[in-house]
Amino acid sequence: MSTLEIKDLHVSIDTEQGTKEILKGVSLTIRTGETHAIMGPNGSGKSTLASTIAGHPRYNVTGGTITLDGEDVLAMSVDERARAGLFLAMQYPVEVPGVTMTNFLRTAKTAIDGQAPALRTWTKDVKAAMQQLRIDADFAQRNVNEGFSGGEKKRVEILQLELFKPKFAVLDETDSGLDVDALKIVSEGVNRAHAEGKMGTMLITHYTRILRYIKPEFVHVFVDGQVVEEGGPELADRLEEEGYDRYAKGAGAASIAAAAAAAQA
Amino acid sequence: MTAEITTEKARIGAPSIAGFTEEGEGLVSAKVDHSHNHGVTVMSSRAERLTSFDVADFALPTGREEEWRFSPVRALANLLSDTATALDPEPAAAFTVDAPEGYLRTPLAPGAAPRGTVLTPADRAAVVASANADEALHLVIPAEAEPAEPLRILVHGAGAGRRSNAHFVLEAGANSRSVVIVEHTGAADHNGNVEVIVGEGAKLTVISVQLWEDDAKHLGQHDAQVGKDAVYKHIAVSLGGSIVRLNSNVRFSGEGAEAELLGLYYADAGQHLEHRSFVDHNEPNCKSNVLYKGALQGKNAHTVWVGDVLIQKQALGTDSYEKNQNLVLTDGCRADSVPNLEIETGLIEGAGHASSTGRFDDEHLFYLMARGIPEEVARRLVVRGFLNEIIQQIKVPALEERLTEAVERELAATNS
Repeated sequence: MSTLEIKDLHVSIDTEQGTKEILKGVSLTIRTGETHAIMGPNGSGKSTLASTIAGHPRYNVTGGTITLDGEDVLAMSVDERARAGLFLAMQYPVEVPGVTMTNFLRTAKTAIDGQAPALRTWTKDVKAAMQQLRIDADFAQRNVNEGFSGGEKKRVEILQLELFKPKFAVLDETDSGLDVDALKIVSEGVNRAHAEGKMGTMLITHYTRILRYIKPEFVHVFVDGQVVEEGGPELADRLEEEGYDRYAKGAGAASIAAAAAAAQA
Repeated sequence: MTAEITTEKARIGAPSIAGFTEEGEGLVSAKVDHSHNHGVTVMSSRAERLTSFDVADFALPTGREEEWRFSPVRALANLLSDTATALDPEPAAAFTVDAPEGYLRTPLAPGAAPRGTVLTPADRAAVVASANADEALHLVIPAEAEPAEPLRILVHGAGAGRRSNAHFVLEAGANSRSVVIVEHTGAADHNGNVEVIVGEGAKLTVISVQLWEDDAKHLGQHDAQVGKDAVYKHIAVSLGGSIVRLNSNVRFSGEGAEAELLGLYYADAGQHLEHRSFVDHNEPNCKSNVLYKGALQGKNAHTVWVGDVLIQKQALGTDSYEKNQNLVLTDGCRADSVPNLEIETGLIEGAGHASSTGRFDDEHLFYLMARGIPEEVARRLVVRGFLNEIIQQIKVPALEERLTEAVERELAATNS
């Protein structure tokens, strides 16, 4: 049983207009076996949270802590975080020239496990995982993400999730840009990884439709860099009906606080 | 200027060329020049370029000429002058040949065939090399011979700034199978022409390896004529030297032939590595493939690739493709990449070109590191993977290994 704990996290970025605070005190705890949905309108800081957990250099942590089983994640380099068991399925996976998928997957697996995977079973595992995600076998010889469609890139992210077996997976809008079939395939992959019982999941999404296939136990609503409401799956249902409008700035801080209080009651 | 990230792709098949009739009449020559050069006169066809054995026909380049505009001509003054090889106290370059007995023939004087039957100098460097190489090294692979080991010509420069002129004539007899490695080490101002005759049905690979010391300069024209049903592969590997500029040209003397022009280069700070290729599809039903890949790192690392393909009117059934890819590893580099495709007939299998210059940047690094891969490993992974596509075409294991190690050493220098 592992715990990923985020406490009062403040994150800012440097812009041309100066420093801008994006996360304004976020606290969240995820344990093995749990699925947490982070929902919120565009620009609310959801992706910033994901990238900060992974250690993207663009984001400066100005306050708060992230720990994995008590270890200080913020003190780790990007690759150390991955080796410690954190995985970020990226919203916009980049194309990496010159590196074939096969070579990349094996190198990453070796780095994460601290030893090279047994060649025979590894090749079989990769093939099987690719098949389940309906990824063409010839992708193995192509360069990482090079020329892949948006949907293919997302499937390849989930392929890695299944192969690397992280302690915690952060899925940053993995559902965006997917058609229904692709969404199902990707969700099945996440559910398979989850079913092994050794992973906690943070599912970041703007829309509720992925929640038809991946069932969170906890839903957190993000607005303007803060969690404004928390609840169970029923909160997602409400969001589906009402949208994010009631959290809009016009609704006022008082009503947001009231909503948060109501949710916690 | 730092390299722009560019990707250009085109694939032209016979049916897709607008305005081409089935009889192939009324054709316009399609000229593709992606260099976006302004104020420079572009010749209407590559075929019109001057070739001559007479030094007087080639003025000293100023750097404004189409074929010299990317080159640091001022730094090349010694190589472009009509100067004999420096012999005192020792020749500027030593040549060692490793070939089966009887393959090495009596050297060829200028005008002694087959010298001069395939290679006519096409620029100032080649003409002064030709004029000042009194004896051309002549290697003949007999018909049907299949030497077990690659043939080797080692060129070792005796000292930086010392002028060397050389001319090699390589003949692959009909239906022979062979590999010739020309390896350059040491330092010199080396001007070297290589003339290649590939007989009918022969298979010849010529690998020119530039492992010069940092202060060497090297200009060269490598011309090949590929016979009926023959397969010719030319691989240029340029890692060392301060300036290297190689022209690899090929034309055909029969149908059914194939030519592959490959290149790998890795430019460090201040290094100028330039590769030009020209495939002249002058015969029907021949195939050509050009692929040059380069990495750049460090201030003022400069690479140039200019790839010309001409599909002449009579070259029906031609299948041709050319591609250049550059990987920019640091700021301050410049990669020029110019594919030129001229097509005079629509009745071809296909003709295409692609050029891309990409950066290995922080986002690539983040992606790989986010998968647990340490920074150093990530960098190596990308560069090695990128260049390996060429190295694995060499198919001489010992050389592949040496070049892989040489690339690793270049990589290690990125971080120093």
